[in-house]
Amino acid sequence: MPAPIRLRELIRTIRTARTQAEERAIIQKECALIRSAFREEDSTFRCRNVAKLLYMHMLGYPAHFGQLECLKLIASQRFTDKRIGYLGAMLLLDERQDVHLLMTNCIKNDLNHNTQYVQGLALCTLGSMGSAEMCRDLAGEVERLLKSSNSYIRKKAALCAVHIIRKVPELMEMFLPATRNLLGEKNHGVLHTAAVLITDMCERSPDTLSHFRKLVPQLVRILKNLIMSGYSPEHDVSGISDPFLQVRILRLLRILGKNDDEASEAMNDILAQVATNTETSKNVGNAILYETVLTIMDIKSESGLRVLAVNILGRFLLNNDKNIRYVALTSLLKTVQTDHNAVQRHRSTIVDCLKDADVSIKRRAMELSFALVNASNVRGMMKELLHFLDSCEVEFKSDCASGIFLAAEKYAPTKRWHIDTMMRVLTTAGSYVRDETVPNLILLITNTSQLHCYTVQRLFKAIQEDISQRQAEQDVSEAEEPAQRREHDSIKQPLVQVSAWCVGEYGDLLLSGSCDEDEPLQVTEEEVLDVLESMLQSNMSSSITRGYALTALMKLSTRFGSTVDRIKRVVSIYGSSIDVELQQRAVEYNALFKKFDHMRPALLERMPIMEKSSSNGLTEVAETNGEAEPIERAPVAAPTPSTNEVSDLLDLLGGNEDAPSQPRGPSAPAGDLLTLLDGLDIQAPVLGTASTPQPQTFLLDSLASIPSDAFNNAHPAIPPIVAYEKGGLRIDFSFERSNTNPNVTVITLHASNSTDADVSDFVFQAAVPKTFQLQLLSPSSNMVPAKNSGGISQVIKVLNPQKQQLRMRLRLTYTHRGTSMQEIGEVNNFPPQSWQ
Amino acid sequence: MGWTIMRFMLLFSRQGKLRLQKWSVALSEKDRRKVVKELVSLTRHILSCKVLPWQTLILNYLYASLYFCCAVESPDNELLTLEIIHRYVELLDKYFGSVCELDIIFNFEKAYFILDEFLLGGEVQETSKKDVLKAIEESDLLQEVSG
Repeated sequence: MPAPIRLRELIRTIRTARTQAEERAIIQKECALIRSAFREEDSTFRCRNVAKLLYMHMLGYPAHFGQLECLKLIASQRFTDKRIGYLGAMLLLDERQDVHLLMTNCIKNDLNHNTQYVQGLALCTLGSMGSAEMCRDLAGEVERLLKSSNSYIRKKAALCAVHIIRKVPELMEMFLPATRNLLGEKNHGVLHTAAVLITDMCERSPDTLSHFRKLVPQLVRILKNLIMSGYSPEHDVSGISDPFLQVRILRLLRILGKNDDEASEAMNDILAQVATNTETSKNVGNAILYETVLTIMDIKSESGLRVLAVNILGRFLLNNDKNIRYVALTSLLKTVQTDHNAVQRHRSTIVDCLKDADVSIKRRAMELSFALVNASNVRGMMKELLHFLDSCEVEFKSDCASGIFLAAEKYAPTKRWHIDTMMRVLTTAGSYVRDETVPNLILLITNTSQLHCYTVQRLFKAIQEDISQRQAEQDVSEAEEPAQRREHDSIKQPLVQVSAWCVGEYGDLLLSGSCDEDEPLQVTEEEVLDVLESMLQSNMSSSITRGYALTALMKLSTRFGSTVDRIKRVVSIYGSSIDVELQQRAVEYNALFKKFDHMRPALLERMPIMEKSSSNGLTEVAETNGEAEPIERAPVAAPTPSTNEVSDLLDLLGGNEDAPSQPRGPSAPAGDLLTLLDGLDIQAPVLGTASTPQPQTFLLDSLASIPSDAFNNAHPAIPPIVAYEKGGLRIDFSFERSNTNPNVTVITLHASNSTDADVSDFVFQAAVPKTFQLQLLSPSSNMVPAKNSGGISQVIKVLNPQKQQLRMRLRLTYTHRGTSMQEIGEVNNFPPQSWQ
Repeated sequence: MGWTIMRFMLLFSRQGKLRLQKWSVALSEKDRRKVVKELVSLTRHILSCKVLPWQTLILNYLYASLYFCCAVESPDNELLTLEIIHRYVELLDKYFGSVCELDIIFNFEKAYFILDEFLLGGEVQETSKKDVLKAIEESDLLQEVSG
């Protein structure tokens, strides 16, 4: 049989193939020849054949039939055979296959070979792919070699040990003694591999870590020598001596210095030296500086050193190489919390990175920018970030918008700025804003009562513009490809929803037009309704958006004067909407118009200040609530009880045992309220006053613009009662049970005045026994006109979890015929259906 | 754990042909081929050195039209890995004398041998250029002598 062709010749032949098929043919032919050669146990050319097989394997062809041949080569005495054999083993065998275990004996023998290069092959193979079993079998040999005086062997043994410990962690112990001595070597290879081994051991075992901590001075010395020593050509890289070793030592120092003052102290100087003296013009210098920075940040370094580290990172940001910029931003992000001030100094560079071409850099820069926002830089930073939001890639917009909202919430310098910023985000990135932000925005707007007018006007304007823009785009998109059309169709649902809500709440302010704005809007009721209707009708509006729009319309029925009929019409149309949610709302609103018209004003009145029951635990301090009208109309009476002195009835944590609220009217001393409750057999007063203390979420649920809760079609109607009647003043209670919460009763009181003089400054207060909870919503007014020509309505919500019999004490204060009056009454005649 | 091992190093041509593969993690043949395929398609058209977010990958573009592709554990020092690649290129250059892709093709086993004197289990074993090249020279000599 002719000698098999040489490797190079085969390679040449394969490369002449012009098609995949040709190549395959050549290879199949050769493989067949090789197979028969293997079968014949040819040892002369085994090496050549395996080498060819390895080449073909690299091209993607199967070569498993060569595995055993590799083992035979390893067992051969010829160095050439061993070289190829071990290479083949590393390429063709993996530890999952039992066949590799057959190597164990060969490796063992070769580890003890008298030629260091054979030993080297064995160590290399074991250290690259040895299975746990092999490692267990051969650990002893490797440990012995770790103590060799031959540095060529020693360094390989060290890395082999690293692999063994990774595979069989329990074996670490046996390597400890030999490891200790490794750092005494001069040979850089040994020092480097020793550092790797020690690092690995320390990461695995805290005990070992403390043990090796005493090496710190020695490591510091080695590092110092490296830096101070003169030029050594064999280790030099661009003027720096052995950067690989420097980095490895720095890394080991990091682990040893972490959480240890003494060790950190000992390495302080050398770190400063490396940080200041390393050349930064080439990548190699930056690699060392980077590692130095990581070490400084992780150990207990003094602040000067930390500032130095941050400054290095700041310089990295200006580097042309984007890898270095990226690496710097990542590190800065990790340290921004702990070294906030130092990082702040590089803020403008970081902000510049927002304009980088590379996407991963932009993302890092964005995250870092948000971390740097504080009260003093918020205006400038927000400007940059809003600009970024305008122009950034789509994948960032949601996160950026959310980040802006969070930052604005924490650091807004003024309410007006806050609202302006929110609106800017809504209008520019509205379709990427997360759904959760809508309630948060609404909360913000509600609680900023002084800006209601401003907010609603701006939102209305934005919405009008959005509609006309979408109309224009729709005309354009009709002529476009569907793919492009999708782009245009992205309606800004959050913007629309927030606007709808505001228009509904503050529509009256829209009409009145007066707020200290440059150009207050001149808007008619019809125009407002046009906008809301278009929201309802647009097929790009989501179901939720439509819900918002419908409810907004409904609210306007109490705020607008001349268009109630139009509203009724629109609402009734949706009573047969396919959308079930919408249909239900419409039906209930219709019912509101028809059967419960007297309740409509109370139900649809202004939202109170809401508490934010958010996951991050932020609670808004209750400002004086948005009861603009009643308070303004009341002449200078005593301060409203709606301030924070009201005992927080609804505080789930057990209630405020503080002094009860100051009653309106100067005549009632504080203690009086307590006496109000004498006889009701309760311990501590639970007061409800005509204000809006922080409402609980349970009530808020039923408060949320779904009045359907107030309606109780399932239960039979509960008879109303006369709660109080004296001297011409009469208070009626009518009842509804909540659909969603069977423990909640909604009482609507109606006060009327049959005398011939008006009753003014009317305030209703109530107290219930302790097991109940009470919430009084704002009254429709505090004037009860004479001769039953009108009245006050007010909604009381009662929570009665223990289903006890409802009792109530009332206190009424008012002015009648110029006299301040105060009356007390008790209500005991609640119908059973109202509390059972 | 923050083990800073290089998971693998691949060399492939601009056409995506694999020229060298060094693995320091245990993966089956099938998985290896999958990884290679993925990376080849991911990195082929990138002309400059880049850190890619695929388990932190570093890529270098050799003047002799070979891609050097390394995967490192993420807390590693990417900048240093670049230096490792540079060093390997230098070694190949010194050994072959102005190395080009053909050298690697026709002498792939030598490329492996050189790598095995420089790295072991994904870590640098020898930081002296001189010592690595000396070891290779002497091994080559031994090969000739022993037949």
